[in-house]
Amino acid sequence: MLRSLADLDVNQSSVNLRGVQRERMPATEWRRQVGYLPAESRWWSETVGEHFPRVQADILSQLGFEGEVLTWQVERLSSGERQRLALARLLSNQPQVLLLDEPTANLDPVSTQRVEKLVMDYLHRKQAACLWVTHANDQIERIASRIFYLDRQGLDQKMAT
Amino acid sequence: MIELSVFDLVLAALLVVALALTSARIYPGLARQLLIAGLRTVIQLTLIGLVLKTLFANSHLLWVGLLSVLMLAVAGREVMTRQHRRFSGRWGYGIGVVSMFVSSFTVALFALIVVVGNEPWYQPQYAIPLLGMLLGNTMNGIALALDRLTQSAWEQRGVIEARLMLGYTAQDAVSGIRQQVFRSGLIPIINAMAAAGIVSLPGMMTGQILAGAEPVEAVKYQILIMFLISAGAGFGTLAAVHLGVRRLFDERQRLRLDRLQR
Repeated sequence: MLRSLADLDVNQSSVNLRGVQRERMPATEWRRQVGYLPAESRWWSETVGEHFPRVQADILSQLGFEGEVLTWQVERLSSGERQRLALARLLSNQPQVLLLDEPTANLDPVSTQRVEKLVMDYLHRKQAACLWVTHANDQIERIASRIFYLDRQGLDQKMAT
Repeated sequence: MIELSVFDLVLAALLVVALALTSARIYPGLARQLLIAGLRTVIQLTLIGLVLKTLFANSHLLWVGLLSVLMLAVAGREVMTRQHRRFSGRWGYGIGVVSMFVSSFTVALFALIVVVGNEPWYQPQYAIPLLGMLLGNTMNGIALALDRLTQSAWEQRGVIEARLMLGYTAQDAVSGIRQQVFRSGLIPIINAMAAAGIVSLPGMMTGQILAGAEPVEAVKYQILIMFLISAGAGFGTLAAVHLGVRRLFDERQRLRLDRLQR
């Protein structure tokens, strides 16, 4: 479903962003506005910095990185570092909507907290929306305003308490 | 030129038979393939010899055109069968044929009308061998490039889509792959030009010299052919990669690997 929202798979659904129909927007602009973070991040160049269109030091530092992280070799990143850097890379596009697929799956509690705080701050500052997929019940309690359960019967909505 | 008798050819054929017998002990299937391929050479070349003889006798634009189209169709099939993951449907055949047609035929026309300047320009003695050499080399370049393109897109689909997710255009998302693909299509011809005359004496030139032509004249023709082949293969590869990349993505710039077979 997230792939369809980001317009990566062929789909028939009708999606709007702030009243603008998806098909009225160039696909590249849509994907910049509707930022999708897949569970597994991909890297294609040698150093971290080459993957960033523009660098935002504040985001990196909120995730616990120093500026020199940009010179690091991608090969040597841990899975947790990759995950956090992939989020930073996505946010550097300044999307209006975040589609996050288990963004804290490989993270320790400290990093998880950092990611949660960063995303919540970002949403608040940009008045952006976020669809956050997670298995962790405690995380749902900390961050969610609306909860959807996906099970074999389908989608079930519940308001957060 | 010393004429060859059938007996001369039988002597040469014995070499291939000897090779087949020897390799049969190591790999029986290969010996069979070798013999069949040798037989095909004899039959196909004899047939084309007869066709060319008839064609030279009555050089008419219609017959030259017909043979050219037939050559193109066979080359298109060859490009298609060499793909590991080819585009499904008409595209699998179409991309190769269109690219070869655009490049080989244009370069051949240019060479015949502007460079050689024969009267009439379609004189089959020049037109058919020229087009044959152009098509053969363009076919190799295009087949290599398309095979590499679809294969790389398949292998690197994760990276391509990751770049799309970040708002890259389809063209930017495959820029690295496109470079590599284009390179693999052009490397054979660059190598052939670089090694010409030192490592290898190109076939056409050798043929002319054997036929008694003045070596410097033969060399001039060979240089002409080399340049024509490079242009034909290069522009053909360029066209094929361009069409291939366009077919890999749809109007919403999604990677459409479902358009490949298997």
